[in-house]
Amino acid sequence: MRFGIVVFPGSNTDADCWQAVATFPGAEPQFLWHKHDTVGDVDAIILPGGFSYGDYLRCGAIARFSPIMGAVADFAADGGLVLGICNGFQTLLEAGLLPGAMLRNIGLKFVCRYVNLRVENADTPFTRSCHEGDLLRIVVKHNEGNYTADPETLAALQANGQVLLRYVDAAGRRTPTANPNGALDDIAGVCNATHNVFGLMPHPENSVEAALAGGADGRRIFQSMINTLLLSRAQA
Amino acid sequence: MSKRATLEAAVELGLTAQEYDAIREIQGGDPTYVELAIYSLMWSEHCSYKHSRPVLSRFPTSGPRILQGPGENAGVIDVGDGWAVAMKVESHNHPSAVEPFQGAATGVGGIVRDIFTMGARPIVSLDSLRFGEIEGQQNARQRFLFDGVVGGIGHYGNCLGIPTVGGEIYFEDSYAGNCLVNAMSAGLLRADQIVRAVASGPGNHVVLIGSKTGRDGIGGASVLASQEFDERLEEKRPSVQVGDPFTEKKLIEACLELLHGKLVVSMQDLGAAGLTSSSSEMASKGMVGLDLHADRVPLREADMEPWEIMISESQERMLCIVEPARLAEVTEVCTRWDLDVTVIGEVTESKGLRIFWHDELVADIPARRLADEAPVIRTPSNKPAYIVDEPVAVTDETYPPPDDPGAVLLHLLAAPNIASKRWAYEQYDYIVEANTLQIPGSDAAVLRIKGTKRGIAFTTDCNGRHCYLDPYRGAKAAVAEAARNLSCVGALPVAVTDCLNFGNPEKGGIYWQFEQAVEGMAEACEALATPVVSGNVSFYNESFGKAIYPTPVVGMLGVYDDVSLHVDHSFKDEGDLIVLIGPDAAWLDGSEYQKVHYGRVAGRVPDVDLDLERRLQAALRDGIGRHVIKSAHDCAEGGLAVALAESAMASGETGGARSADPEAPPAGRGRYLGADVAVASRLRPDLALFAEAPSRAVVTVHPDHLATLDHLLSDLPHTTLGRVTGGVLRVTMGESELLSVAVSDLERAYESLPSRLD
Repeated sequence: MRFGIVVFPGSNTDADCWQAVATFPGAEPQFLWHKHDTVGDVDAIILPGGFSYGDYLRCGAIARFSPIMGAVADFAADGGLVLGICNGFQTLLEAGLLPGAMLRNIGLKFVCRYVNLRVENADTPFTRSCHEGDLLRIVVKHNEGNYTADPETLAALQANGQVLLRYVDAAGRRTPTANPNGALDDIAGVCNATHNVFGLMPHPENSVEAALAGGADGRRIFQSMINTLLLSRAQA
Repeated sequence: MSKRATLEAAVELGLTAQEYDAIREIQGGDPTYVELAIYSLMWSEHCSYKHSRPVLSRFPTSGPRILQGPGENAGVIDVGDGWAVAMKVESHNHPSAVEPFQGAATGVGGIVRDIFTMGARPIVSLDSLRFGEIEGQQNARQRFLFDGVVGGIGHYGNCLGIPTVGGEIYFEDSYAGNCLVNAMSAGLLRADQIVRAVASGPGNHVVLIGSKTGRDGIGGASVLASQEFDERLEEKRPSVQVGDPFTEKKLIEACLELLHGKLVVSMQDLGAAGLTSSSSEMASKGMVGLDLHADRVPLREADMEPWEIMISESQERMLCIVEPARLAEVTEVCTRWDLDVTVIGEVTESKGLRIFWHDELVADIPARRLADEAPVIRTPSNKPAYIVDEPVAVTDETYPPPDDPGAVLLHLLAAPNIASKRWAYEQYDYIVEANTLQIPGSDAAVLRIKGTKRGIAFTTDCNGRHCYLDPYRGAKAAVAEAARNLSCVGALPVAVTDCLNFGNPEKGGIYWQFEQAVEGMAEACEALATPVVSGNVSFYNESFGKAIYPTPVVGMLGVYDDVSLHVDHSFKDEGDLIVLIGPDAAWLDGSEYQKVHYGRVAGRVPDVDLDLERRLQAALRDGIGRHVIKSAHDCAEGGLAVALAESAMASGETGGARSADPEAPPAGRGRYLGADVAVASRLRPDLALFAEAPSRAVVTVHPDHLATLDHLLSDLPHTTLGRVTGGVLRVTMGESELLSVAVSDLERAYESLPSRLD
């Protein structure tokens, strides 16, 4: 299984994504350079975290115009799995591959913090190794993670099971202080209507080894993607 | 070109009349204005170390692990399995005092360039910060500085994707007019792939890579860093550079590709004094000359003059020496990363730095005169009158004992110097690069080395108040404390990088502080086998004639053969025994207790017993390595009571991680551990709790392992204080209970500072 990891100038968890994928037997990471206009023969794509093009403009607003993004959109349109982490999430929003938009954190500061995430829908390619209601403890680190969407979009997200992760406290409750950035409805991650493109602000790639400070809860996201690919392979 | 190189012009550039005469002698007559501008930078205190060089020679700088000592962009230490660590700390105090956000941001950018210039991939940043008192209406400017500095560090480091994992923050009035921003960086490289910034090979190209050159940062090293502040502070704002971390991130990737592919002969970053210092240092080290064509430098502003181009401190630029046959490959790498790459000159056999402007020679200076032969100045030193020889006499009249030690503990935990720094470090990405084992808030930052069992630990330490009361003892204690912090996480201390922050070295009293501090540090570095491999001196930290506390910041590296053996300071299990290692002695002098409770800074701090310190640290590492010691914590500011409180509060975390919400139950364990402790001491109860002493640590051990620990500590003073319990910190002495406070209340006080600053 080949995971293509897009490298934009300014990406900075590209190497961490590579390492994370490599911890799964059978999963093979490879980098995809932003100036290329094809993604090659990959089974899934990851847009990593970082500050593409410095994010001096709106986050992800320049990255979405990179030559590779046309190929990513085609890959997604064909049903391919696309995971956008943090800056990758922002870029997917800018590219229109996910609904909604991102505002600055409500505290107007960068925030690096462990958060608890509640799995809201376990029946997707990105969450199938979880149960609904499971808590994942993963780090967020961003300036612009305050997700927003208009009421119709929010209603549609809710109705179609597109909200996959919400910020909650350690007991699984939604509280104002459990939400690190002011995101609408405590949303930490959403997918598209066809459930094959997923963006989230927390960093599962920094949470794949239990010995490290980031813990290993992020493995469930990658494991879900791998299981999805294995399943579709078995069915093919 | 119209500017004339008069004595008046020289003084305006920060040179003295004697230096002007010396320049005329070297140049054989009147210098050109370009030459004068170049001399003014290279002979500034910041670039030439003219006041500090003779004193710094006191430091031990070599050892079996040291691959590169002072003199390069960073020191390099062998950490095993063919791996090495490059590290350095540098000040960006003056720029940060003028423009905190960009000043701090470019401080990070500069130190990171020093690391990857050595061929190392940067893997960690630490920041040692000092501000004036931060609470209260009158200190709004300090909060502005603090917010700007922390924001700037985060802005730059987060964007680069280098974790900021440690450091320290102190608030003292002496820093109100002159905050300190010391940025430390370290990187990992193969021990046999160290790159040194030496120009060689006449005929080779001199290539400039990275940002275009503008007027930002002109005179940064001379006007800003080598003078005191006064009412003209605001005028100096244009001397502060503006950082572009995005370009630096691309530079890191491109430069490491160039170095690892051996596409360049050598590399140097453009820091203080820009193109002038990088070129003259490279030429001087290589005993060659460089011809530079200033008109070929890509500019942001078309009308810049050659002297401005030569001394501009525009950020994110690198200078490389490239063989002609390799130029095409170098250009390809840089173009792929969307970086400017320009041939601006060539290596010559002349040993001179020659600057051309549209083929006209505008400066011709012997490179070694600039880089290595700046004048040396040794100020006659004298002991300042405020220094006293005796500790304070503590009586119930001069220092009345408190009625409620529990209230004092809460007060200390809430005091800015002790309080949780989470509100600062949450603005830093401390986990990127996937090496972090212990997050900020621990005694030291701990990282693994990927692909090996090995690990490394870092800390920065310095108690400026102690150094003020006795610079020799204070500086010695700073080295001892840094080593103790590393030993408390189980790492073997191996090397030091230092940032020596002092006032105006032309004053005898300041120079005395400097000499004393260096002597204290040197003795401790010798005794603890931690040579100084790199560093930086920052003088002129004064405003309106008032100097900062002498602040020799010690950055230290520790190593592990097996990093899985690291511990942190949190209590682990109920029933574990709590042991205090170290003598039953403590001083009020210079302590946080003296400052916070009694409102005084007075007396004389104790002298560290380096032999005791060395044995204590070896025992700590031994106990941790044998899985006997389950947690260890240095007993520092706030004394024994604060050390116990911090270990109890940290128990609420898992993997070093705190819940975002202080009101929420701690993640993982679900509740805090506490302690039931009986203090047996000759000291007055409040001093036993809150006074401070070097060479002390609080550890926990499973009861079954107490005998083994006793054996390991057989030649060290130690006492079993009590045991780990649930949820409450209770301390008794004899028959009386000194304090009993819920750990959640301790935590509330500890986390209360941000809410008091709104």
